[in-house]
Amino acid sequence: MHKTTFSDHLILLFGVFIMVGPIFVAFMTSTHDAIDVHMKGLQVAWGDDFVDTYKEVLTKKGGFTGDVTGARMVMNSFILGIGFAVGKIVLSMLAAYGLVYFRSRFSTLFFWMIFTTLLLPLEVRILPSYDVMTKLGLVNTYTGLIVPLLASATGTFFFRQFFKSVPDELLEAARIDGAGPFKFFIDILVPLSKTMIAAIFIIMFVYGWNQYLWPMIMTNEESFYTLVRGIKQILLVWVGSQIPEYNQAFALAVLAMLPPVLIVVIFQSWFIKGLTESDK
Amino acid sequence: MQAVQSSFYLEDPFGFSATFVGFDNYIDALTSDYYLHVAKFTLIFTILVTFFSLALGLLLAAKADDVIRGSSSYKTLLISVYAIAPPVAGLIGMMFFDQHIGPFVKMAAWFGWDMKVGINYFDTAFAMITVAVWKQIPYNFIFILSGLQSIPVSVREAAAIDNRSRFGRFWTVTLPLLAPTAFFLLIINMTYSLFDTFGIIDVIVKDKAANNPITLVYKVYMDGFRGNDIGGSAAQSVILMLIVLVLTFFQFRFIERRVHYN
Repeated sequence: MHKTTFSDHLILLFGVFIMVGPIFVAFMTSTHDAIDVHMKGLQVAWGDDFVDTYKEVLTKKGGFTGDVTGARMVMNSFILGIGFAVGKIVLSMLAAYGLVYFRSRFSTLFFWMIFTTLLLPLEVRILPSYDVMTKLGLVNTYTGLIVPLLASATGTFFFRQFFKSVPDELLEAARIDGAGPFKFFIDILVPLSKTMIAAIFIIMFVYGWNQYLWPMIMTNEESFYTLVRGIKQILLVWVGSQIPEYNQAFALAVLAMLPPVLIVVIFQSWFIKGLTESDK
Repeated sequence: MQAVQSSFYLEDPFGFSATFVGFDNYIDALTSDYYLHVAKFTLIFTILVTFFSLALGLLLAAKADDVIRGSSSYKTLLISVYAIAPPVAGLIGMMFFDQHIGPFVKMAAWFGWDMKVGINYFDTAFAMITVAVWKQIPYNFIFILSGLQSIPVSVREAAAIDNRSRFGRFWTVTLPLLAPTAFFLLIINMTYSLFDTFGIIDVIVKDKAANNPITLVYKVYMDGFRGNDIGGSAAQSVILMLIVLVLTFFQFRFIERRVHYN
């Protein structure tokens, strides 16, 4: 192998600067007060308004109707992120289990039906999905927020691939020991796929947390806003005012990106494994 | 498939009546100057975002694969942006391009460029592309890096004996071995530029599409949910569906081929 040169590190450092720099500046700016930011521009040093800004963002009632707080939006984001991830895992594990282990006449048909959902991202089927949800009266509910997002095959394919790699001998051994299909699933397949579940959970949590278009259409009551959903309102209401509250806008942005970024960074190896193996 | 159905109808804004109009919605969409204008911008946007995010992702991944010391910290720092939602990226981008406090606007002023994001068409497009590329680099970085690391050491050593120039080695050995990953990423990046940039665009143009660059997906949303033109919007989303269909078709054709490579 060759020696690494100084320029390699220089390019990487520059890359890190471009990628992380804006996040760093966003965080630092959120620790200053609004007037400071307005006069002096973006900040790169620690200010002394960290506690004040974040306290205000989390507890002050904002928005047009004035009944939504930052803390409420954080909670909604967690409900959407975790609800979506858990729902996705349960649904896709069961679907994959059915596809791999049960021979039925329609299994090929089901496989192709699930397969076609890959062709239709939510963005292109948004009008009909919205229509169905209105008819079911699920606008402004967490169910309406989460369920339509679950209809996609990515997770199913991931688990299908994994279940296929589980040796048949395990199934035979389990059957000899008298385990039914349900017991086999709970006692053997689920423990075997622990790492898979973790990897998928991380990816799906980030995906759910970061949803924007669907929450925007499904929720018009501000008490259901997620952080990501509220971003545009922040820009319109705060930055449009006399002395724009840049610091608070940045504080909300930081809150909106902190949980997914932390999860991705902490569980990096699982995340990369899940991403490179499932997103195909 | 309701979208396909309603794309053939002309519906009044309150949903009381619908008239069958055949392919009129499609003809309206495809012959309108504005639609073609938006389609042209979408094409340019897709090409630029795909090219720059792939090129920068490749550069960083190649370097991160080369260095030994500190490679895992570089990796951690570089992938963290992946987890940021597009609209949040858009918000941060808007602040950097802000008229009062944005450092980019000041930098542009040094070169005599009077940047007015949100007002000037070209400047807004520039900001959009910058943010979209920034957001997508980590994704490409992760995939290219894992592609690079799956190249066997024996192949690398053989190449190092045969060819002393690092660049030549990269060009003739590494890059062809990366081709499957690169092709996969090409499709993914195109879908990203077409659909997932919605949040970025929405935050940057803030519902005022009037004189700003927008992409086709954004137009579907504007027409359907803001303009109440259900039929026209549905026709446009069917056109988009066809584009996705073609892209996915290529993707699966290629995945079959990739199995061959392994």
